[in-house]
Amino acid sequence: MQKPVIQLNNVWFSYNDHPVLTNVNLEIAQGDFLAILGPNGGGKTTLVKLILGLLKPDRGTILVFGNPPSHVAKKLGYVPQDTHINRGFPISVIDVTLMGRLGYSGRRWRYSPEDHKIAREALEKVGMLEYRNHPIDHLSGGERQRIFIARALVSQPELLFLDEPTSSVDQEWQTNLYQLLKKLNDTITIVVVSHDISILSSYVKSVACVNRNLYYHDAAEITVESLDKVYHCPVELIAHGLPHRVLKTHKEN
Amino acid sequence: MEALGYEFMQNAILAGLLAGIACGIVGCLVVVNRIVFLSGGIAHATYGGIGLAIFLGFSPLLGAVGFSVVMALAIGFISLKNKTRADTVVGVLWALGMGFGIIMLDLAPGYNTDVMSYLFGSILAVPRSDIFLILLLNIVIFIVMGLFYKDFLALSYDEEFASLMGVPVKFLYILLMILIALCVVVVIRVVGLILVIALFTISPYISEQYSKSLKSMMLLSVILNCVFTLVGLWLSYILNLTSGATIIMVAGFFFFLSLVFCRFFKKKCKEASTSQG
Repeated sequence: MQKPVIQLNNVWFSYNDHPVLTNVNLEIAQGDFLAILGPNGGGKTTLVKLILGLLKPDRGTILVFGNPPSHVAKKLGYVPQDTHINRGFPISVIDVTLMGRLGYSGRRWRYSPEDHKIAREALEKVGMLEYRNHPIDHLSGGERQRIFIARALVSQPELLFLDEPTSSVDQEWQTNLYQLLKKLNDTITIVVVSHDISILSSYVKSVACVNRNLYYHDAAEITVESLDKVYHCPVELIAHGLPHRVLKTHKEN
Repeated sequence: MEALGYEFMQNAILAGLLAGIACGIVGCLVVVNRIVFLSGGIAHATYGGIGLAIFLGFSPLLGAVGFSVVMALAIGFISLKNKTRADTVVGVLWALGMGFGIIMLDLAPGYNTDVMSYLFGSILAVPRSDIFLILLLNIVIFIVMGLFYKDFLALSYDEEFASLMGVPVKFLYILLMILIALCVVVVIRVVGLILVIALFTISPYISEQYSKSLKSMMLLSVILNCVFTLVGLWLSYILNLTSGATIIMVAGFFFFLSLVFCRFFKKKCKEASTSQG
């Protein structure tokens, strides 16, 4: 068995005494394609931010590539949810994409031609190259998300996190996105957060159900019925080609 | 035009332009990072430093620098620690700083006629030495922007991502606070600490409507600040009005002109003026 790229041991986290995650244990292997599922407010985004080192756990340890997250920031790519970004800010698509090169450009006051080349390639990959000089505010939510994906790709991560990447994109691009992720998954480990189980396309290799606690499932044992149990609320059932997989019920402790 | 012959007028123009450049650049970062209120707190709390310096009998400018930097650091660290509560604490420091300054002046021996000039500026009385000080500040700002432009850009747009990319977000935030404090001190002479906020906000806000990048926003707001200062100075001279207040009135006039323009020519500027955040 390979050394896990992500290791969480007894991780606890709370916002102002309100527990968000309790006793979370998780190991993610190299090359995995993990979907983190759970209801809104269940702690999915918090879990990702803990792994990225943007938040510190109250208790427990988090290791990424065997190190504390802040030591390996260069290897991590992150596609945040669109909602928190500074709106009305005057910035072009290419300048947003170049932000992903910050870890490489050092103290030079501007980005190198190499940085620009990598950024253009990434925009090409997400089909947004022709918009590179547009103000990012003029794009739709789905288009912005594609820019954020390009921005994460230019930092050439070994571990890519995507937070609700399909929340506001159209169906056609959604298919493209999954194909792109599948191709990326040949070389890098991918973690996708979603509250929508349509993410459970055939590309996903394992599932973590997060609702304050975390339940981990291997690829072989995923089913809609048992996911429903984790949510304790109705889920949108549009997982194509899924019913053949079966999930074991969680062991209650 | 004969006014240009006077040395005090030349000094005033020079000081106004240099202040406009410094405030135009730093003001853009203030506006896009939504820290106008914090800057207001730093500016007003600076009054405490002026009062303290006059009471103890050393240079008010020195007192202002020391006090405003300390206030900037305090406000900076508090807002880093607890963003949601920071505005309340800033309000407290804002009032305390001003109150403290006035008490100090009450206790100071003799009567100080100079006090009003710190509140509303006295651009026509700016000495040459102050101009070198403002020039120095501009050089510092240019160096900081040269070194950290793309980092400031990243942290202003998406702080979380910037921090993930290894940008020293906290250090730059505190650095920005210190730059604000230094700007405040330097500009006190020109428009006074009550009106510093105008140079910080009006031009950058107008510029934001017409700019595609932070760089061009900074350039445009520098130009606007210079125009407002020159026009304000000229009007105050021919109409015999307080110069600082006149500069602000000119800026305010263009602010509303721009709002009206945006209403009728929506395509030329962004929706930011009509929709929220």
